[in-house]
Amino acid sequence: MTFTLDFLSLLGRGLISACRTLGDVAIFAATAVSHTVRPPFQLRQFWRHFVEIAYFSLPVVALTALFTGMVLALQSFTGFSRFNAESAIASVVVLSVTRELGPVLAGLMVAGRIGAAMAAEIGTMRVTDQIDALTTLSTDPMKYLVAPRLVAATLAMPLLVVVANILGVLGGFLVATLKLGFVAQTYLDNTWDVLETMDVVSGLVKAAVFGFVIALMGSWCGYRSKGGAQGVGQATTQAVVAASILILALDYVITEAFFSR
Amino acid sequence: MSDAATPKIRIRGLRKSFGAKSVLDGVDLDVRARHSMVLLGGSGSGKSVTIKCILGLIPPDEGLIEIDGTDVSKLSRSDRTALQDRTGMLFQNGALFDSLPVWENVCFKLLAQKRITRAQARDRAAEVLAQVGLAASVGDLSPSELSGGMQKRVALARAVAAQPDIIFFDEPTTGLDPIMGAVIDGLIVDSVERLGATAVSITHDMASARRIGDDAAMIHKGRIVWTGAAADLGDTGNAMVDQFARGEREGPIQMELRK
Repeated sequence: MTFTLDFLSLLGRGLISACRTLGDVAIFAATAVSHTVRPPFQLRQFWRHFVEIAYFSLPVVALTALFTGMVLALQSFTGFSRFNAESAIASVVVLSVTRELGPVLAGLMVAGRIGAAMAAEIGTMRVTDQIDALTTLSTDPMKYLVAPRLVAATLAMPLLVVVANILGVLGGFLVATLKLGFVAQTYLDNTWDVLETMDVVSGLVKAAVFGFVIALMGSWCGYRSKGGAQGVGQATTQAVVAASILILALDYVITEAFFSR
Repeated sequence: MSDAATPKIRIRGLRKSFGAKSVLDGVDLDVRARHSMVLLGGSGSGKSVTIKCILGLIPPDEGLIEIDGTDVSKLSRSDRTALQDRTGMLFQNGALFDSLPVWENVCFKLLAQKRITRAQARDRAAEVLAQVGLAASVGDLSPSELSGGMQKRVALARAVAAQPDIIFFDEPTTGLDPIMGAVIDGLIVDSVERLGATAVSITHDMASARRIGDDAAMIHKGRIVWTGAAADLGDTGNAMVDQFARGEREGPIQMELRK
């Protein structure tokens, strides 16, 4: 009996804590979004973060996409050749990359790079009184720190995913033509024939949502960090873990919304 | 504006707890307009929390805070912003923004309020940096490139650049050598006099307290236990204040040390 009560108590506390956290994040997000549409707009801050995300994340996203496309073509070939279905490789590569791998892998890479950086920067500002200083300098920290990051990440991620899609398909094309003996024109024809607008659009929608989630979790975890260097470290870890899990969960939700019949 | 009879800042019954720990337990304090008040007290006595409550950075649990006779808890968002426009704050560790050069740090408030253009801000920053004894070339450096004393001076420049009429200083000389501490104190006195501002400073440094303060108050266990002239520190007749001012181990203030 005591064990059951203890278990239920533990479960209840966990549930209440989860609801409180969810509520905190929702209020934080709503406040930040409201600042994105109310002047004054922090264009300088927006541009700084946009360049950081869109431009400086390019190498890591590009390399990830390129090698993923290459591996995908290679693995598909070894699997499909058992069923004499090698001709489907171009379709598998382009659909996998545009619908799933492009946005998800780019999202995970950016979560590791940008989400962690945002949490660390805002967390450090929190524990060194810089956020309080902003308030005393007549500047709303949500408007100055969070809103520009949300907008920048939401707009930058689709651009990164366009690059990831192109390079992912290119990776598959290179392996297929240079290593597996496919005819280049045939491979490209197969790629174009199977690709539909919705495949690309769904990937870009995912990218925008993932960008928003990465910036939101990075900002939120940093904003509520406390306790010095250890607190900032924890905030950074939490930001990356939370963003990564949310990316994978939301990937399913968006896929369901776009493609379930 | 406050007249002579109305304190610039009036605090009554201010209470604040963090969880079960009571930090402020009914603080009553008056700060006279155009005077410099020094708030003394041991670590954890509630000095910084008092200042943060006045600035609106921490909401108090209970009590009244009036500035120029207006209850700040009843201010609208825009009035609160207008009040912040009139205040300046020097944080203990400077709290300079690492991502911005010094000149942008100094003129941050003026730029945020769009009172000046970025081109004008550079000139204004050079002017204010000169007032705190720094060359204009310092404006192009990053805060991380500055020594501790220079960071304090830049933080002071930022606090006074928008010409506030209330300025808060949180341990302005902590971590500085005695000479640099005296330099910072001198700059604080100059800045406050030049602006005709009301100042509230937190310090543990008695020499600094006497240099920058007209009035002084001592806070102990979340309550004001003494107020008087800063010049009297060390010989106030109050056993707690005198023990604190002389840095004596024995006296009414007992450190809670585990044996």
